[in-house]
Formats: sequence, C-alpha cells, structure tokens
Amino acid sequence: MYQPIRSAGNASIALQSATSRLLDAVLDGLWGTALDALARVTGIEMLGSPFMQRAYLAAVCVAIVGPLVGVFLVHREMAMIGDTLAHSAFAGVAAGLFANSILAVSVPPIFTALVVAAVAALLVQTLVDYAGAYRDTSLAIVLTGSFAVGSVLITATDGGIAVGINAYLFGSLATVSRTNAGSLVATTAVVVVVVAAAYRPLVYVTFDEIGARAAGLDVARYNRLLAVLTAVVVVGAMQIMGVILVAAMLVIPVAASTSVTGFKRSVAAAVAVGQFATVAGVTVSYWYDVAAGGTIVLVAIASYLAVGARNRLRIRLNRGGTRTESDAETRAAVARDGGNGENG
Amino acid sequence: MAAIEVRDVTFGYGEQPVVESVSLDVAEGEFLGLVGPNGSGKTTLLKLIIGLEAPDSGTVRLFDEPAVEFDDGERIGYVPQDVAATEDEMPITVEEAVRMGRYPHRWVGRFTDDDRRSVREAIERVGIEDLADRRVGRLSGGQRQRVFIARALASEADLLALDEPTVGVDAESREAFYRLLHELNDEGITIVLIEHDIGVVTTHASEIACLNRRLYFHGDPEEFVETDALADAYGGSQRVIHHDH
Repeated sequence: MYQPIRSAGNASIALQSATSRLLDAVLDGLWGTALDALARVTGIEMLGSPFMQRAYLAAVCVAIVGPLVGVFLVHREMAMIGDTLAHSAFAGVAAGLFANSILAVSVPPIFTALVVAAVAALLVQTLVDYAGAYRDTSLAIVLTGSFAVGSVLITATDGGIAVGINAYLFGSLATVSRTNAGSLVATTAVVVVVVAAAYRPLVYVTFDEIGARAAGLDVARYNRLLAVLTAVVVVGAMQIMGVILVAAMLVIPVAASTSVTGFKRSVAAAVAVGQFATVAGVTVSYWYDVAAGGTIVLVAIASYLAVGARNRLRIRLNRGGTRTESDAETRAAVARDGGNGENG
Repeated sequence: MAAIEVRDVTFGYGEQPVVESVSLDVAEGEFLGLVGPNGSGKTTLLKLIIGLEAPDSGTVRLFDEPAVEFDDGERIGYVPQDVAATEDEMPITVEEAVRMGRYPHRWVGRFTDDDRRSVREAIERVGIEDLADRRVGRLSGGQRQRVFIARALASEADLLALDEPTVGVDAESREAFYRLLHELNDEGITIVLIEHDIGVVTTHASEIACLNRRLYFHGDPEEFVETDALADAYGGSQRVIHHDH
C-alpha cells in the first residue's frame, strides 16, 4: 500500500524539479543569455535586468498568441468575445482571491481565472448555438454578468483583496513572476501547437461556415475550440495587459494587417505588428513608468493608423499614376455584376 | 446506384413546413435541375440532401448513407447561395480558397503532389489562373462564383450541389459555366442545380424536379415542358417564365 503512494510522491517531486529545471533553462539559459548579450552589444542596460527580461518574454508570447487566435475571431466578426472572456477571467481572479482570503486555501488567481474563462467560453458558445443570430446579446450578458460577479466578490470581503485586483484590471509588469513567465511560455507553446494542428478546419470555418459543414466538419466543435483558445490567451495575456485592455491584442494587430494579401501572410504580419506593439509598449512603459497594457494598446493603435494611412496614400498614388490592368478589370467586373445581381 | 434518396421528407424551421412529403431519387451521374418559385423550399431541400439539415420526418440518404451522418466531405462540392456575400475583409487569396477543396482529404499534414495538381487543374478549368493571387473579397460576384466551383472541383467531388450559382454573373460567363457543368456531368459527376431560369435548366439538366413545398414534378425536361406542373407549382397561369438579364 505504501509503495505506490511514495513512488507517486517521488514522481511528482521529480516532475516539479524537472519543470523548474526547464524553467531555469528557458528563462536564464536561453532568453536571459540572449538578452544579456543584446544588452552588452547595444549598451541598453534594462535588457540585462531579469525583471525586464521577464517582461519582454511575456510581451513576445502575448504578441504571438493574441493575433494567432484573434485572426479567426476578427474575420468571423467575433472580436467582442475576447473582451467578454477577459471580463469573465476577472470574475475568476476575484473568485480566486476571495477563496484565498475566506477559505485559507492557496489557489493561484490565474488558475481560477483560466477555469472561469474557459467555462464562460463554453457558455457563450452554447448561448450562441441556441440564440443563433443574437450573438451580441449573448456576449453582453456574459460580459456584464461576469463583471458583476467579480465586483460582488471583491466587495464581499473587508476590502483586503480590492488592493490586489488593480494589477489584474490594468495589468502590470511587476505581476510577471518567474512562474508566470514560465507558464506563459508553456501556454504559448500549447496554443501554437493547437492552432497549427487545427489550422485548416479553423480557416475553413472562418471563411465559409456552411461550406465547412458540407465538407464534413463539426463546426460547433471548432467554435468551442476557438472559444476555449481565446480564454487561454486572454488569461495568459491578462497579466501584463490587464483585463480591460487584453482584448486589444486579439483585435488590433489583426486589423492592422488585413490589407496584406494572403491569409497566412496576414497572420504573420499580425504577429509582427503585435511584437512591435508589445516590445515598444513595454519599453516605453518602463521609461516613463506608466501602465504597460495601456502603452502597448496605444502603440498598437498607432501602428494600425499608420498602416491605414500608408494604404490610403498608396491608393491615391496609384490613381494618380498608371492604373494596373487587373484593378481596372475588377472595377469593370464589379460594375457589370453589381448591376446584374440585384434582379437575380 | 442512387446518389440521393429522399423518402417522404418533411421539414420546417418553425410550425409551417417548408418542404412537405417530398420523395425523389437521383441516380449517380444524373444532372438534376431543381426549379420552383421564390420561397418554395429549393435551398432547404438542397441542404437536406447534403445533410446540412435533418428532416423532421422521412429519410434522406446520400451515397447510401443517412445524409446527416455523411462525413465524406470530399465527395460533396457545395456552392452556397449568394457567395458574393462572403466575408470581404478576410485577406484570403483565390488559391488559398481553392486549396480548401483539398482540406477534407488532408485536414493536417503537408499537401502531396496530387493535392497541388488538383488545385492547379481546378483553377485552370474554371479559367481563374490570372486571379490566383488576388483576394477573394476583391473579386466580382461572377469571379467569386468560379472560385467556389474551383474549390468543389479541387475536392474531386462526386456530387456538386449548386444553389443558384449564376446569380449576378454576366451572360457570357454564364454560358461558359453551363458548358463546364455539362462536361463535368459527362465525366460522371452527379449534379444538383437550383436555377431560376427555367429555359437554361431544361436545356442542360437530364432531369427536372419542380418544387413548391411539395414536389409537383420529377422527370425528363421534355416532359416537364409539356405538363402543367410549372403552372401548378407557380400557382398561376404562366407557362413560360422569361428572365432577361
């Protein structure tokens, strides 16, 4: 009777030490060494500080998974689901802090956030399945409902947990602990692998849902997968972005790169915009000691506007100069079919 | 063997049935033209046939399997109504969209040479080589229609289900499109086509089904022209319906 329990305990200790060794290897061995070297070469001191190294690592991860999942949401006009799940993650954080203060247990709030957000994701999807077109309403109900639960839980205690909640609401570089950074790296790896494995079904469903069903896909299953992935991304990114702003990383980089032709290329472009926004945002927020999440979002919006302005300028220049043949062709075809389509 | 077997099927979205007591068989290699007035349940019947909807009563079998359970996605090429209304802002290219036709063969893993050849041939067949790198959202309705047909061809489907594929397509492309359907049908592909232009459908289809909630006629195009089924289904005295585009 004794033996298996002890060996299970040993196994769990072995697993823990393996995970911590892996964390050391990734954080210090790989990332730390690389940024230390970069700090020496460039003379930028903050790159050498372990605190900033963790912040940059989190920034890079967030900017990979945000656009990677967001691209499927934006093109299905489900951008608001990110915001909804962020608010339910907030309820999860509040529940975790509440449980910790009342029940004297020690649950990481990030863990309860993940559980609550994942449940909310499935709830939203179920509501959408039943309510059909009333997607907006379903999202609004879950969004406000979760935030309501969160706010009630925070005020239900003597106010002690209200202090901790600020970091989750607005995000903070200081909340990125070693464990947080490690779990964010692991989350990123999982999300990338899952999206890569489900890439084709997700693209098909996004482009043409009815066609996807005719092609034999279980569309509801991929919708649920997408919702749960969104929950995972939101909770992962919440630490530096904050609950209120986290959805921006799912939406803005994608919006900034819709002018790139080719879906795969546009995903890559969205990740690139995300990287620029998060890395620049973290840097600026460190320099001026302002909120990281807000700075990142402002940089992302600035990139979005810059890309839009560049595209407009290019169109104007094209108009002034020689029109490409294919463009003229399309315009002619649109004009022709547009007139015809009405009476069909 | 029957590609499609519809037995006494009734279906409605609410209280009122949209399709009522419809039975019809389509043998493999046939070209069925599905006609009927607006709101007659044609689209719904097509969706029932390819298993997108489950009948309230009766049965639908597709290649000898219950249609709703049919999951050989690559055997069905479906071109939904109004593809011109697909999402414009998704930056997907024509080639990427046609490649989706191969997805049911390969949901994961690298494309083989066969996959790539099918995609290339499908693109050439509908004559959109010069559009391959363009965004689907920037194409005209007619061009988009051809992208969807190419996607169905790339999947090497045994059954093409087309819901008013030439709405918003100019006359010339429409002719070319019907010639293409004819060729595909000659190669053994079963086709079910919803078409509002009765002249076109009686010329090209090998059999006609006339629907207005119930099935008013199912048989040869020649016979169809001679019967009163059309007038009965449309509920008026009109015999020939002219559509000028």
